[in-house]
Amino acid sequence: MFASCADPSTLEGLNWLACYLTSGKHMAFYQSFLVVLALLAITAPAALLFGFGGAMAARSRIWPLRIFGRAYTAMVRGIPDIVFFLFVPVAMDQGFEWLRHKVKCPDWTEPVRQGSDFVVCPAAKLPLSTSPQWVHETYGFALAVLAFAVVFGAFAANVLYGAMRAVPRAQIETAEAYGMTPRQSFWRVLVPQMWIYALPGLSNLWMILIKATPLLFLLGVQDIVYWARELGGSKTSIFAYPHPDWRLYYFLGLLIFYLMLTRVSEAVLTRLTARLSHGQATLAGEAQRKAAQ
Amino acid sequence: MSCVQTFQDYAFRSLGYGERLLPRSDFTLCEQFTLIGSGLVWNIYFGALALFFGFFLATAVAVARNSSAWVVRKPAEWFIFVFRGSPLFIQFFLAYQAFVLLPRNGIELNLIFTHITAETGWLTRAWAGALVVLFLNTAAYSGEIFYGALRSVPKGDIEAADAYGMAGWKRFRRIVWPTMLRLAWPAYTNEAIFLFHATTLVYFSGFPAWQQKGDALYYANYFADKTFNPFIPYPIVAFYFILVTLAIIGLFGLINRRLNRHMPSESRPRLRIRPQVIR
Repeated sequence: MFASCADPSTLEGLNWLACYLTSGKHMAFYQSFLVVLALLAITAPAALLFGFGGAMAARSRIWPLRIFGRAYTAMVRGIPDIVFFLFVPVAMDQGFEWLRHKVKCPDWTEPVRQGSDFVVCPAAKLPLSTSPQWVHETYGFALAVLAFAVVFGAFAANVLYGAMRAVPRAQIETAEAYGMTPRQSFWRVLVPQMWIYALPGLSNLWMILIKATPLLFLLGVQDIVYWARELGGSKTSIFAYPHPDWRLYYFLGLLIFYLMLTRVSEAVLTRLTARLSHGQATLAGEAQRKAAQ
Repeated sequence: MSCVQTFQDYAFRSLGYGERLLPRSDFTLCEQFTLIGSGLVWNIYFGALALFFGFFLATAVAVARNSSAWVVRKPAEWFIFVFRGSPLFIQFFLAYQAFVLLPRNGIELNLIFTHITAETGWLTRAWAGALVVLFLNTAAYSGEIFYGALRSVPKGDIEAADAYGMAGWKRFRRIVWPTMLRLAWPAYTNEAIFLFHATTLVYFSGFPAWQQKGDALYYANYFADKTFNPFIPYPIVAFYFILVTLAIIGLFGLINRRLNRHMPSESRPRLRIRPQVIR
């Protein structure tokens, strides 16, 4: 980073620390914080979408769709979600490869499962063995995002399903009295009003999502936990910056990062709740109306 | 090898009894069920003990948080904030690193009259170290639940207790605490379920499994890695955990009945089970 860092062995004290903290590997470490934030930014809307779909399916008048929606929301109850995080990426990966195998190599006769191996034809491999490193990394990250979206989507579906039922029945009846079709009353009356009922559950879910991000490490993504272990481990003198085992301090840093993230989220969500309560037929909305008079 | 034989070999493998080597090839369904079931012992051990000890600390934390004295309230608030605001996964890592850094041959406590050496090596083992983390973690989460319940104890109950001349410990023990438990019980049931789920994290975080003695998920992961087939071991874990969850709901439902035994049966609050995700 700095020109003075060319020969670390001559450095002392603060200079050493400044050079140490700006080394190439530390830059990768700082970037991995962005990976976590990117995961949050992608997963939250994706999970919301999955959840919305699940809740709509669970309310559906078509029997198989309703059963599917109910099963999806009930799935994650009672089962530790880490099981899903270990299961979904591998299952998805094998599912995709199997589908591609069926499409791309129809004349392949050997079975896909041979004892303890899962063998598909080379053209069906995901990603292709010839593709560059970044494709492999992106694919791994995408699988992780999918696993998070599936698991958190089920929880969001639970919350949204409850919120849809919490909207006062009179509101829907009014919509019907105005001659709206079920589709119209759903989109124009129910959906705009349900968010205030869903918000406590969704904000809780957001907090849980933040706290689930270190599990990326288990999925093989080079996230902050990976780098904290990597950089914190004791380095002998063959390394440019030898130091004893500092993992404790790195993990302390991660702990503070997460505490700050949850604290900031709490503040933002409190403001959002106030904002969404505006004009709603709830106690909080009523209090705002009284205060404005 | 028959299933009975497998059961004899591996039923207590997670505790170190029976066959030393794990199966290496030609995994049968029986082997998977037996080994994963034997790992479940650890999940129940962690969950039950952390819940039991955590209950008392949680009560103390809730009362401290409700205190009007600044010196008592602030530490309780920070304790809850730190343990609820950070991932359990990171807490495990951090605790393990901290325990490893403790001097290997114990801390010398130099009291004036005697000389004590406090052993610390056992803290780096999962059975103790992870239990400490889970204990503190569940105490923080339940502390928050109990605090919320404590705040919603009806004013009339306290006034009635005052009218009967109860005060201090007696009032707390007879009036405030039972009402707090009644109000908190549904949420506390969820916390219990949630804690048992969290025990699966132990062997995936800082704490290494010693001599391949791990929990249910540890063995499931072992099988999934060896066979490259996630569709058998993980559903087995799921099956076992659904059984555990049902057992918790049953047990806590019984306690809930006892807590509310003075109420007319119609108006007794029912348990609503809404398990949560990872912390």
